[in-house]
Amino acid sequence: MEITTRSLLALVHGMGFGALYLMACAGALVELHRRYGSPIGPAISIDDERFLRIYLIAMAVVAWITVLSGAYIIYPWYRAVPPAGTTSLAAFPQRLLLSSPRTSAWHSIGMEWKEHVAWIVPISITMAAAVFSHYRRNLAAQPELRATVLGFVWISLIAAGIAGFFGAMITRNAPVEGGATIHIVQGGPR
Amino acid sequence: MSATTPGVPNFPNGSGAAAVLAAGIGSLLVAVFAIIADKSAAIKSAMIFYKPTGPLSGVTTCAIACWLIAWGILHLLWGSRNVDMRRIGVIAIGLLVMSVLLTFPPIADLF
Repeated sequence: MEITTRSLLALVHGMGFGALYLMACAGALVELHRRYGSPIGPAISIDDERFLRIYLIAMAVVAWITVLSGAYIIYPWYRAVPPAGTTSLAAFPQRLLLSSPRTSAWHSIGMEWKEHVAWIVPISITMAAAVFSHYRRNLAAQPELRATVLGFVWISLIAAGIAGFFGAMITRNAPVEGGATIHIVQGGPR
Repeated sequence: MSATTPGVPNFPNGSGAAAVLAAGIGSLLVAVFAIIADKSAAIKSAMIFYKPTGPLSGVTTCAIACWLIAWGILHLLWGSRNVDMRRIGVIAIGLLVMSVLLTFPPIADLF
């Protein structure tokens, strides 16, 4: 059982940070609706405030790591141009996808959308973390501001879902491969 | 506008409004810069800040820079006062929805 370094880093980017953001975002929405959704709900404690503030800041950090690792580590491998005379496109995912009409839309629609829509996520959640850190419990008394921030968090979840879906499908059709091979487990004779 | 909660200091909503509107502007600019770079070879080339990543590096860097500048300016203008949060919230969410739609290639290609 082995994996290449590029595959491992793509895995960390997508299934590590990307999937972690999706799960954390769902959790944040539940908490924000539960704590701040009802004007007659229980009072918000200082511990709740501190927990949510750290949680949202951690989500913003995860979102930035996800887009920056995607754009500056994984994407250059994805869009690498094969040298003249290359016969196998296995190490050139973008060219591999574009080489067949059955797969070209995964690049022309999937990657083209994913590479831009993903940046909405860190912008939105950084704003949400900043607003929450500034207003804290007072956000409960700002219904319009709270609703807008929640709207941004919801749309960041949708944008992250779009990026995650296309990332998974593109990897399924043309995985990023290359670099050193890491041997995980040595298989025994059958 | 804002109401008060017992035991909680009441901040003006201006700094929150500045943050949400700037985030909407920044998000929309990701789509706008991407469309402009796609339509103009000269701008596409100018947007290559980091060659392995291509124009995406410039598109996103410019959008993020504009977002942070817009945030700073709006915060200076609104930070210490109350503003019409309902109207700004609707505009900000509208910009965000437009950014999701305009980054979708079949829609971006209409321009």
